[in-house]
Order: sequence, then structure tokens, then C-alpha cells
Amino acid sequence: MSVMALAHRRARPAARRRQHQAAEATVGWLAVSPALILLICLLFGPAAAVILFSFTDWQLGASTFRFVGTENFAALWADPPFWKALINTCIYVAIVVPGTVGLGLATALLIEASPSLRGFYRAVHFLPVMSTMSAMAVVWGTMLHPSIGLVNRTLAVFGMTGINWLRDEHTALLAVALIGIWQGFGFAMVLFVSGLKAVPQQLYDAAAVDGADGLFDRLRIVTLPMLGPVTMFVIVLTASRAFEVFDSVRVLTQGGPNYASEVLLNRLYSESFDYLRTGYGAALTVVYLAIVIALTIAQARFIERRVHYS
Amino acid sequence: MAEIELRGIEKRYGEVPVLKGVSLKIQDGEFLTLVGPSGCGKSTLLRIIAGLEDQDAGEVSVGGRTVDGARPKDRDVAMVFQSYALYPHLTVFDNIALPLRTRRLSFAQRLPLIGGLLPGRTGIEKTIRVEVEQAAAMLDVAHLLHRKPGQLSGGQRQRVALGRAMVRHPTVFLMDEPLSNLDAKLRVQMRAEITALHRRLGVTFVYVTHDQSEAMTMADRVAVVIGGELLQVGPPDELYRDPRDLKVAEMIGSPKINVVARGHWADDRPILSAALAPQTKHLAFRPEAAVLTTPTAGLPGGTVTDLENLGSDIFVHVALRDGSETVVIRTAPDEPRLSLGRAVGLKVDAARLLQFDEAGRRCGDIEQVAA
Repeated sequence: MSVMALAHRRARPAARRRQHQAAEATVGWLAVSPALILLICLLFGPAAAVILFSFTDWQLGASTFRFVGTENFAALWADPPFWKALINTCIYVAIVVPGTVGLGLATALLIEASPSLRGFYRAVHFLPVMSTMSAMAVVWGTMLHPSIGLVNRTLAVFGMTGINWLRDEHTALLAVALIGIWQGFGFAMVLFVSGLKAVPQQLYDAAAVDGADGLFDRLRIVTLPMLGPVTMFVIVLTASRAFEVFDSVRVLTQGGPNYASEVLLNRLYSESFDYLRTGYGAALTVVYLAIVIALTIAQARFIERRVHYS
Repeated sequence: MAEIELRGIEKRYGEVPVLKGVSLKIQDGEFLTLVGPSGCGKSTLLRIIAGLEDQDAGEVSVGGRTVDGARPKDRDVAMVFQSYALYPHLTVFDNIALPLRTRRLSFAQRLPLIGGLLPGRTGIEKTIRVEVEQAAAMLDVAHLLHRKPGQLSGGQRQRVALGRAMVRHPTVFLMDEPLSNLDAKLRVQMRAEITALHRRLGVTFVYVTHDQSEAMTMADRVAVVIGGELLQVGPPDELYRDPRDLKVAEMIGSPKINVVARGHWADDRPILSAALAPQTKHLAFRPEAAVLTTPTAGLPGGTVTDLENLGSDIFVHVALRDGSETVVIRTAPDEPRLSLGRAVGLKVDAARLLQFDEAGRRCGDIEQVAA
């Protein structure tokens, strides 16, 4: 056999392997292309457009725009309603997250403690989660009405004078936050119930033999630590949903009175669609996105570090 | 002093009876195993002793004191679980220290954060540290005290679970299949460690297992529970030699005892020097209670279907000629090698032949063998 023939023989498998790799790469790109196209059209594209708009003075419906550099962000920085909205959103999250987690956990523990009517209680508490917030907000608006609302009438029975909850600077944000808790805690409860079912009975048995059989000790030594991963998940979920608060504010207070219940997304909506200042609204969106992404990364890091057992 | 006495324990889950009147007395310092197939009620019995479950009828007393209705922590028992049941978020130290902390620290002192500031806590914590370190050293886990259970091997977790059980010096140890999650080699090693621990502590051990070899090798006495009933209690060799029930005979011993129906070995054949009792329905003998011979007229026999060579013994499986049963006979490795398919005769040592009646109760020879 000649040297040439030998070389030829050896080269052939290598060439075939290269060909094979190329084909595999093509198939790979074909396989991811639907997802990739959707991601570009629905996520990256719009995000890029928003970032682009945030550097212009474009107004919704206008045919021309001009690049204004960071002017929008400077305006944002100097705009007291923006800061008010940012602080209010943080306060809202600070009320809604502990409220939802605490109430969800307490309800889950109560439901799991008694074997009767479990399904019924679960369904009842889950109903607000299934309902449309804007529709429910109308119901809450009626309930909180200063003169004909159920809340103030109930207070009147006990001889107390109610206030105009949604029109009072001191209570508007709180009322909206309570409605947020009411809507979200059913979801937290369902997650906690499933978490509770996963706690091994042998741990409770071990705790009982070790002398930790009181309610407080059982919670401290078994239940709460074992619910750690679920709790983290619920906190992350609730926080990100609370950060997006919009419908209840829009329907009930429009951010008023005097920006007392103004939140980021409502501010964004007003600027973009009420006042048609799209460029400014886009700058607000960019800030909002940055905050959300930062929070997500922080939470993901935190979860990985804190709640890993096995 | 902690002898345990069970009197007529009954338990049912809904309509299903799990324990049907179990009475048992466990001596102080004894190592007793409860052995039985899965679902026989042995774990339930252990949980009733621990106080984790309430019996429907009957009484439990520990150390002469009736403990019915008492909470587990008031019974002075410690328990080791099959899954170890270590608290995954606590370090090994905190796991072992937990039973001491719940007992010695007040409610306020156990509170997170502020508990540490309360007077008296530091001193108690100091003595707890000493005792935890002693227990850990005894079980050879002292170097693991700062780790979490998730970072330990199965054997190490089992030792930590033992440490948590022994740290407060209970008078009774309850163990629920503690070795069944370990691999075979480690299981044999841990068996020896647990029996050594028992000798050292000198307290009462109640050990639940479905593995008859664990029961036989570890216990002073073995209690066989089958179908919610306590069938027999006795030292391992007594259960092996002198089972009162066919189910006990089949539970204890490996390979399983050979059982043949009386009909297959008709009475009129001169196979037995001992006369069979009239009610005898089943004949049973251990693999070492028979020898293989050349096929002989009048002796039972069959063909060799399998050979299990364990090195020290060879177990010969013989399909009986006059029935569907296969019996297993132990032979010494230095005996002439048999080949598969070969016809052999079977000579059973009449003195070691056990007879059982229709219901599986021992009959016929019982007085003679027991003597």
C-alpha cells in the first residue's frame, strides 16, 4: 500500500468527523431558532427599543424625535414624584412581603393542623389569587367607601368613626398594601401547604423524643427550617409581584392623594400614556428594569447560599 | 432500672388491626430485637413504647411506671430512626446537643438571640458542650462536630443519630431499622458497634429489624412478630432450634428451613425412626439436619438442581422426586463434588425433624426436643 493511500485513508475519518460536527451545529441552531426568534422579538427587541427611546424626546404618536442624551434621566433624578413613587413602592414591598408570607404560613399551618374541610379552606383562600385584580379593586373601592362602604359601617356599629381610607394621605398606601396581601397570601399558602407535606414525619418524631414537642419548639426546630427553601421561593415571588403593583393603585387611587400612593408602574403609565412623554417614560422603565434585575440577582445569590440542605 | 412491660397491646388503623394483643416483658439492660416481615406491626409496637403513637388497648410500663398517655420526652426513652432523622439545618454539635438543650434550658433561654443574653445560659451551655464532646468522642465523630448532616456519609450520620440518642443517658434505647439504609459491609460493622455500645452503656435496647441475621447476631432475645401477633420470644439459638410456629421457623435462619408436606413423605415408608404425630401436616428440617446419600429405595430423594458455593459451605438444592418442593442441604466443601442433575438420596436426622400441624403450630416431638 502506498503512503498516499495510507494518508488518504487516515484523512477520511477526520473529514467525516468535521462534516458531522458541522451538521450537528446546523441542527442545533435550527432547534433553538424558534425560541431565539421569539426571545429577540418579544424580549430583547422591545428592551433595546425602550433603552433607545430613553435617550430621545419622542412623544407617543409624534413622527420625529431627537436624541437628547441623558436629559431624561437627569429630569427623572430631579423629579420629586419619581422619588416619592420609588419610596412608596419600597414601602409597599416592605409591607406586602412579610404580610403575605406570614399570613400564608399561618393559614397553611392552621389548615394542615386540622384534618376536616382542608380542601374547602384551601379553595376559599386561593380564590383571591384566581380573581382579576382590577375587578376586585372595584369591590374593595366600594367596601372602603367613606359613607356606604362595609368597612366604615362595621366600624360605626362599634361606635368608631371611619375615615376616607383611599383619600387620606396617611392610609391610602396602607389600604392598597392590605389589598395586595389579601390577593397574594392564598398563593403563598398553597406553596406552604405543599412544603409542609414534604416535611418528613420522622423529624417531628425525633423532635418529640428529644423533648421539642411544644408548638414553639416544633416550629423552630423542624417546621420553619424545613420550609426554608419554600419560604425563600415565596419571598422572591411575592417581592417581584409586589414590585409590579399597578392595577389596584390605578383603579383605586391613581397614585393620589398628593402622590401618597404613587408607585413606579403607575408613574410610568401616567408619564407614558397620560402625558405622552414616551422618552421620559422609557427612562423610568430602564430604571425600573435595572432595579428588578438587581433584585433578582441578589435573591438568586442569597437563595443559593442560605437554603441548601442535602 | 428500666424493664419494659407490654400488656395486651392492641392497635388498629381504621378497620385494619395492626397489633392483636401483644404482651411482652423486656428485662432491664437486655438487648431485645423485634423481628418480622414488613407491615407486621413491629415498628408500630416500638412507636407505642416511645409514645409516638397511642395504643387502642393495653398498657405500657417503663421502669415499673405506667407511661400510657405520657409524652415521649417524659418516658426517658431515646430513639434512633431508619432515616436517621437528623435536623438538616443544624450542625452535628447542635444535633447532639438538642435533647440536652430542650431539657435543661428554660423556654426563654431557648429563644433565638435574646436567649443567649439571659443569666445562667452560659454555664449550662458549658456543661452541654462537655457532654456532647464526650458522646462524640465515644462514637468517633468528634472531628465532624462543625459539619452539617448533608456533608456526612451514611455511617457517620448513623453515629450522629446514636450520639443524639445517648447524650442524655436514657434508660431505654429504641431503634427502628437503624441499619437498613447502609450498604452491606458497613451494616455488618455497625452491628458490632451497636452491640459494643449496648455492653458499654448497659441499658435496655429494643431494636426493630426485618433482617433475621441482624436479629440473630445482635440480640440477647428475639421476639418474632408476624401479622400483628407475637409468635415467640427467646434467645436466638432457641428460636432457631425450637420454633413453636412454622412462620417463626421460616422467618429465622438462612437459607430458609426446608418444609415438605407430610403427604409427600408417606408414613408407611421407613424414612423416620421417630413416629409422626397424627395431626402433623408439615415436616421441617434445617439445611444441616440432613445428609445426602446415594439414591436408596425407601429413602426420599431427588435430583440436584443448583449448587451454592459459599466457600465454607456448599448448599445443594435438591428437587424432590415425589413432590414439587425443593429442599436445600448444607454440605461441607471437602465432600465429593456433586454435579447438576445427579440423583441423590436424603437422610434426615430424625431428632432434628420438626413437625407442624395444619395451622402451623408445632406438634408431635415438641416435648422431646425442648428437653
